[in-house]
Order: sequence, then C-alpha cells, then structure tokens
Amino acid sequence: MPLQSRPVNVLRVTDARKAFGPTWSRAATSACARGCTKALDGASLELREGEMLGLLGPNGAGKTTLVRAIAGRVRLDGGAIELFGRALQGGEGRTGLGVVPQEIAVYPLLTARENLEVWGRLHGVAAAEIRPRVERALQWTALADRANEPVKRFSGGMKRRLNIACGILHEPRVVLLDEPTVGVDPQSRERIYEMLAELRGRGVSLLLTTHQLEEAEARCQRIVIIDHGRVAAAGTLGELVEATIGARRGVTLTLDRLPATPLVGFDPDGVDRRLTTRVSDVAQELPALLQRVAAAGCKVLDVEVRSPSLHAVFIHLTGRELRE
Amino acid sequence: MIPTLLRIALTNLRRDRVVQAMAFLMPVIFFSIFAGVFGSQGRDRTARVRVAVVDEDGSAASARLVTALKEENGLSTRTVAPPVGAAPKAAAVTLDRARALALVRAGDVPVAIVIPKGFGASFGSFDSSGRTVELLSDTSDPVAPQVVSGLLQKVAMTAAPDLLAKQGIGMFEKYAGGLTPEQKRVTESWFGMLDGKAPSDSAKTGTGPSAGGPAAGGAKMGGLINARIVDVLGEKKTNPIIAFYAAGIAVMFLLFSASGAGGALLDEVESGTLERLLTSSASMSTILAGKWVYVTLLGIFQITVMFVWGMVAFRLDLLHHLPGFSVMTLFTAMAAAGFGLVLATLCKSRQQLAGLSTILILTQSALGGSMFPRFLMSESMQKMGLFTFNAWALDGYIKVFWRDAPLTALWPQLAVLTALTAVFLIVARLLARRWETM
Repeated sequence: MPLQSRPVNVLRVTDARKAFGPTWSRAATSACARGCTKALDGASLELREGEMLGLLGPNGAGKTTLVRAIAGRVRLDGGAIELFGRALQGGEGRTGLGVVPQEIAVYPLLTARENLEVWGRLHGVAAAEIRPRVERALQWTALADRANEPVKRFSGGMKRRLNIACGILHEPRVVLLDEPTVGVDPQSRERIYEMLAELRGRGVSLLLTTHQLEEAEARCQRIVIIDHGRVAAAGTLGELVEATIGARRGVTLTLDRLPATPLVGFDPDGVDRRLTTRVSDVAQELPALLQRVAAAGCKVLDVEVRSPSLHAVFIHLTGRELRE
Repeated sequence: MIPTLLRIALTNLRRDRVVQAMAFLMPVIFFSIFAGVFGSQGRDRTARVRVAVVDEDGSAASARLVTALKEENGLSTRTVAPPVGAAPKAAAVTLDRARALALVRAGDVPVAIVIPKGFGASFGSFDSSGRTVELLSDTSDPVAPQVVSGLLQKVAMTAAPDLLAKQGIGMFEKYAGGLTPEQKRVTESWFGMLDGKAPSDSAKTGTGPSAGGPAAGGAKMGGLINARIVDVLGEKKTNPIIAFYAAGIAVMFLLFSASGAGGALLDEVESGTLERLLTSSASMSTILAGKWVYVTLLGIFQITVMFVWGMVAFRLDLLHHLPGFSVMTLFTAMAAAGFGLVLATLCKSRQQLAGLSTILILTQSALGGSMFPRFLMSESMQKMGLFTFNAWALDGYIKVFWRDAPLTALWPQLAVLTALTAVFLIVARLLARRWETM
C-alpha cells in the first residue's frame, strides 16, 4: 500500500485570543469585563501548501481580526501564529506573506503600472526585478492595455484585479485575501478566481475570507467557519456536511393540496401545499415517497431534490439571528 | 415638504460637532483674536515706542531733554547698552551714535534719537539755526519715527521751559530794548520757578506748569526742534516693504499647504493604503518621515515661487539675499511640514482637519504678524506672538531682507524653528501610534 504524504502546513494559528476595549476591561485575557469585546476566543486553523482555504463567518465573527493578526496588524493577547514553521513575533518575519485588503488600497491618481511599481518596491522587490514582474502582473490581471491610465478611471472589477496584483508582486508563498470579489460583476469574479487558480497552480497557498458561500463551496479545497471568535467547524465540504447536517438529500414536494391527515416522515415546508423530508438514497427512496403521497389522494406537481449545501451547514452552525 | 427637509438639516446640524464648531465657535474665536490684535481689547495700552537716545552735546539743555524723554509715557527710552559684540549681560556703557545705529539695524529699537553737539547753545531759538536732531529709524515700522518726532517736540517744551523763556526774553531785549531792574528781578524769579528750583506765588496757587509734567499746549508748538528722520535700513532698497509682505503671506500659506499635504495621511487611512503600507516593509516612522520630507520640499518650492514672483513683479531683491533666504526657507518649511503632520495625526477626518487647521493657522497668522505687523500690536500681543510659528519665521525673513543680517544673526530663529520641528515630529509620531498594531 503506497504511503500517503502528509499535507504540509505553511500557516498555523493556535488558540488565538484578542479582546478590544479599554485596557482595564481586558486585564485578564480569559475574562472580558464590561466594555470589552472578545474578537478572537481561541481560534485555530491551518493552511496547507497549495490549497485555497475559505474562512467564513457572520459579520463580527472575528474573520478580519484573525487575518489582520496573521498580517501583523493586530497583536494577539494569547496564542501563536507560525508561518512556514516559524513563530511570528510582532510585525516581523512576514516576507513570504502577501496581503490583499478588502478595500481598494491603491493610489487612484497613479496608473496601474505606477501602482504596481510602487507597491512592488514597498514590498522589497529589487529595482532590477520590478519591470518584468510588473509586465507579468499586467498580463495576469488583463490590464496590459490600460496600464498607463490612472486607476481612478478603472471599473470596480479592474481595480479589484489590480488590488490583488499589488499584494503579490513580491511573490509571496502565502496570500491572505479579504473578500477579494466583493462588489464586482460575475465576469470579473470569474476572472479573479482564474487568477487565484493560477496562483495555486504555482504552489501559492491562499486564505480567503468571503460571504459568497457558493463560491467558497465551489473554489475552496477546505473551509473554516468561525463564529464568536472561535472555529465552529473546519474541513472539506463533505466533512463539514457529515459533521453537521448529515449527507442526506432534502426533498421538497409541491402538491395540488395538502393531505387530510399528516404523513409520517414529512414536514410542512412553511409554504402552502409543500412538504419536505430527507432521504439517504434518492433512487431507492423517492418512488416510495411519491406512492405514499398519491395514496393519500394528493397529486404531486413538482419535486425538488437538494444536495447538502455549505449554506445549510453555515446556517446550522451559526444560526439565523442577525449579528449587527 | 419643506418642514421635512428642514428637519433633516437640523438633525444633521445637531449631530455634527464639526459643523457646529465652524458655524458658531469659530466666528467667536476669530472675533476675540482680531479684537485682541487690532483693538487691544480696550484694556491694554498702546505699545510704547522703544527708543535709544544719544547725547553728543552733553549740555544742560540736552541732559534735561534726555531726562524728559525718559519720563515720557509714550516712549521706552534707553541711553546705555552693552558694547558691540559683548554679551547681552555685559556691563552697559553710554550710547554713542555707532552703537545706537547698531541697535536700530539689529531691530532692538525702531528709532534712535541723536542729539548733536551744539544743540544746547541753540535750543529754543525758534528759528532755523538750531542744530538738527537725527532720528535714525527702521522704517519697517513706519509709525514709530513719526510718533517719536511728535513726542520730541512735545518733550522739548516740557523739558526746559525756563531756557525757552530766557531765549524769548533775550529776543525781546534784542529787538524791543532792555528790561528794567525790577522786571529782570521778577523774570529771574519766574525762571527759577520754570526750572523747578524755586517756589513762586503762581506755583503755590497752582496756576503755572510744573517741570516734567504734562504740558498742555505743547502739542501746538511743532517745529521747536529741527528733527530729521534718517532711514538707516530701507533707504537703499528698491521696494523694501515687499519683503515683509512676501514673508508674511508665504508663511501663512505654507502652513495651509502643509496641513493640506499632511492631510493626505488621512486620505490614506480612509482608502486603506495606510493599512496596506503598514503590511509592507515600511514602518510608521518611515511613512511619517517620507511624508515630512515631501511636505518640506513642497514648502520650499512654494516659498521660492512666492519670492521669485516678488522679485519679478515687485523688484524684491532676492538675488542678494540668497544664502539667508535659503536657510530660512529650509528651516521654515521643515517646521511647517512638522506642524502639518501634527494636525493630520491629531484629526480623525479631513473635515475635522479643515476646521482645526483654519482656526489654528489664522490664529497664528494674526498673532504672529502675517496679517498685521507685530510691532504695531500692543506689548502683550507682541509677547503672545512669540508663541506662534509665524513670528519666528517672519522675524528671520525680516532679518535677512530688511536688516541685511548675516547668517549668524539668524541663530535664535533657526534654533526655535529647529526645536519646533523636533517637537512637532515627536508629537506626530506619538499621535500616529493609533494607526499602528492594535
């Protein structure tokens, strides 16, 4: 039997803790007095080499604080961060890390080329190396034909692509992306994910925060769901589904009328004339379900079968309450 | 519809502290400052004119004139000073013409009165034969020589009324015949009273003037002393006052442009580029240093454009003052850039920066002499002005362009501007900590 190589962790966060508020209110990191907010409460995650890890969570769950802590912009009260196996202290030791902020953090009066040049230099790219890397970045972002235009004239999608390019010009091996596709059209989103896939193809590991659950489901190899500063679940989509809502499919039947007596195993959907249930094997169980409904004197107008989704997992783990 | 719109506007106003401050607080602050600068708040006396007095004559009449000048409320008189080149606390010696001239050139006094030899012999002759008293003047203060000239005539009347009376009697005897012995005895008695040495009936009854006291009619006796104003600084300059205005306006607008350029830091905070910069290899100190160098260079360029325009359009003599101009411009721009960074790091938004910088810069400019010469302000206002950036920068430029002072004479201004720069940069760095790692 061939030996399976263990995945290499390029980034590891262990028991990260951070509270915000007046100093007196967070004197003890284990407890948070009045006026203090726990942003991180023991969060841990691992990013493996060459993967795209989706970091999901409701608003205020601690995603941005965790990303900023990894980027060296937030000093943790407790816990540890390791990059390539080396513990990070303060803001040092992050030369192999790239950060793409949620904001379009580029200079609007500079051209795309000028922005790439200055951000490359600021990230330590040698002067002799700048030109070829900028040219590659312009090709990569499909901005070569607009390279000499001020960025303020760009569309949202173009700015987003440039924003990403400015963060990876120094060729980091780990890139943190905070909502890189927010506010862009489907075409630009597609292009951005193509760019990220190219990065992965070069062996770059990506940690991506997003609220686009379908995208995370489709693009990320693994997912971490964080809530209240703690990791609620982590793993592949299948693992998350198995660990939370189970692998059974959801089935919704739309009827001409509801049966006179409730059918065992079915739940009202909340919508008029609809029943829901769950099945493990659609091919085996669905015909029997339809026969039971017909026997109850109801006519089936429509059948919907749903796979377990990340959305369902997310709601299962984080609830439906608003977090603002 | 209009009540709804009004409600929106009033609610916004009630919740926007910056707009409230700009609308209600700032006008009151400015009113108070300008009332203080221009109106002395009704409590402060008009500044006394500082004047140096040189007595080359050494006669009784000149001595009495000097004494009267010292007692004049409108003047702050000095007759002694340390020798040229001596330490400020060195033993003072009686002023001579050269030392008084140096005091005027250095800006220590705006006017020096030189009483020439032979003054006493011709004092009170009421004709043009009297010796001319020179008023060595720094006409950057155009008011002081005129004030001193007027007060000199007044003081001449009050200083030696007996000598004036003797001159008058002498003239009477010359043209109308001699007095009788009885008349001479009475007039001698009267001279004694005027001299302040002997009491008299009229003095006892309070009907005559007393020596050294205010002379009620003296103001009408203009022309008693021949006085000539000598402009010791500006007479060779083509357009001397332009330097003053160029410096005043340049320094004020330098502060505005420095705060505006410093405000780019707030734009970077808002756009997220500062956050991104801090994830790069640049530290907060490096970022601030970069901004400071940029704003300094911008300031140097701005002042240079202003003075070059002054040279081209108003014949400002820039070329002959290039070393002093360069040094002053460098140090002024460095301090102004530091000031801009302090404001930017202090404020939380561009709007707040606009309000605060307007208040601070216009206040400093009013007190510091950019809008109105400090020497025309009251003494207390002049002292307050020393706490402003503008006053020190302006004093330096005036030394260069007006007094033709050597570079070494600029050390007090350069020392203060350097200290201000250091303080501004330290404060800005401390304030910028809020953007660093949380």
